[in-house]
Amino acid sequence: MRYRIAVEVMLKPAILDPAGQATEGILQQMGFSAEDVRIGKRITVETEADSAAAAEIAGRQMAEKLLANPVMEDFSVSVVAL
Amino acid sequence: MTVGVLVFPGSNCDWDTVHALEDLKTECRTIWYTETDLRGLDRVILPGGFAYGDYLRSGALAAHAPVMAALERRVAETALPVLGICNGFQILCERGLLPGALRNNASGQFRCSLETVRVTAAHPLFPGLAAGTLLRLPIAHHEGSYTVPPGGLGALFEQQQVFLQYADADGVVQAYANPNGSVANIAGVSRGSVVGLMPHPERAMESYLGSADGRRLLSSWLEGGMRHGA
Repeated sequence: MRYRIAVEVMLKPAILDPAGQATEGILQQMGFSAEDVRIGKRITVETEADSAAAAEIAGRQMAEKLLANPVMEDFSVSVVAL
Repeated sequence: MTVGVLVFPGSNCDWDTVHALEDLKTECRTIWYTETDLRGLDRVILPGGFAYGDYLRSGALAAHAPVMAALERRVAETALPVLGICNGFQILCERGLLPGALRNNASGQFRCSLETVRVTAAHPLFPGLAAGTLLRLPIAHHEGSYTVPPGGLGALFEQQQVFLQYADADGVVQAYANPNGSVANIAGVSRGSVVGLMPHPERAMESYLGSADGRRLLSSWLEGGMRHGA
């Protein structure tokens, strides 16, 4: 089966996000109510796996070994069948 | 003695580093990132630059290049002295050869300036650089803010792994002397025979270019020794 894994990577809450802060300032200047703006990344990967659960395990391993840095980032993984 | 200078796609301080080593009358050669045979090398430098375009995170992709597995083996088996400069420091952290990580500067800006750093803990690979030694070295980075997991800072100091800290002109480590928001003003760390620092010693080889303290740091590293297993 073919699946698309999506890994969402965010800076840990304790890590300063200067890009998020700058964006927050502009959103506020534009008149929006905007607080605690954080910028992360979404990485999608197409993969062959026996099941959605297996694809999710592969996605977690990709995140742990490369896609996220556990010192400063958290991640979440989701999977859809293609 | 032969020093290997690793070259990744996107390294851009490799030839500056070679020039500095040649100026110090040291034999060196560049090592392409796909090489896996590091025999014949007595020391290795990971130079500055933007390996793999800094894609994903600075150093993250280069950390898994073929040459890095070979380097990791040499460090484990023979305590090979390794020096990571700027992007090289980021790569060593991403590989797990050094503790911690480098994140975006707190200012949100790329910082290019001459800074004072203080040697926090003397290291056998840097004879003559006693704790408290002050050096003037240039920095040039956007992701140079050093960080460790919560609760990890005490152990870093206790284990003498903090090598350099940003300081004011009098050598006092304080907040306004911190150019990038690094935790505890940390500019460089070590673990065993592996050392990494954000400043560029290869750009401080002549006093008429601002500072010759990089010459002092590199000369010391070239003289320093490490007992295997030390």
